[in-house]
Amino acid sequence: MGVRGLKRTSTQDPVWRDEFSAQSATERYVTRRQFSKFLVLTSLGMFVGNLWILVRSWFAAKPSFTPQPVSTAAEIPVGGVKLFSYPTPDDPCILIRRSTDTFVAYSQKCTHLSCAVYYAREQNRLECPCHEGYFSIEDGSVLQGPPPRPLPRVTLKREGNDILATGVEI
Amino acid sequence: MTRGRGITAIDGAIALIAILLIVQMWLLTATLESYLAGHSEPIVPAAILSGLILAACAGLFLFIQRIDANIRSAEEPDSRHSSPSAPR
Ligand code: FES
Repeated sequence: MGVRGLKRTSTQDPVWRDEFSAQSATERYVTRRQFSKFLVLTSLGMFVGNLWILVRSWFAAKPSFTPQPVSTAAEIPVGGVKLFSYPTPDDPCILIRRSTDTFVAYSQKCTHLSCAVYYAREQNRLECPCHEGYFSIEDGSVLQGPPPRPLPRVTLKREGNDILATGVEI
Repeated sequence: MTRGRGITAIDGAIALIAILLIVQMWLLTATLESYLAGHSEPIVPAAILSGLILAACAGLFLFIQRIDANIRSAEEPDSRHSSPSAPR
């Protein structure tokens, strides 16, 4: 394959001489050119990866949540917790009663490496025992430690004495 | 342009491409990470940025090709025909 823009001085020179030079100095150019070609192809591959994520996110189905009773108000004392799973049995969550009328619920999976978080009553925060990641009880935001994102929040609805989980806010 | 300066320019361009690639790799992993975590906001800007990085890499590649071609065409008449070991 000839090099783009390369002017041949002799029409008798075969094309392969461009890529398979007998001189080491010229060969160094060939090696660098091929290496840069490889790097650009790698860049193209990563761009395709980004496009793939974009296409997948466009066609991804929006998750739908069905309301599900998770507890009754009488079951949990103020400052108490209850563990439940929502929206699937593989999604552990933690429900906390902060005051007589205030309940909050979060995913129990730490956003760092998925250890189970627990409620630290004295500090009034959610703590992950694995790497000391702490989350705010107000909104699940990260207070300290390695977790990169807030805890997903489970939205709740109270119907009489029943507490229903109605969705998950990421 | 001399061969030595040409090699230096090409090495510089390759180093720049390598730095851009590292940024692009980080971008891809960060985008994937946030996509899998359910966040779709950074996906479009990340794809655009990745495309710009690809364009920059392609531009540097063309630059390398041009330097390479210039030097080779400048040296070709004497270097090719003076070497006794060059296969004909
Ligand atoms: S798994 Fe929770 S802080 Fe690392």
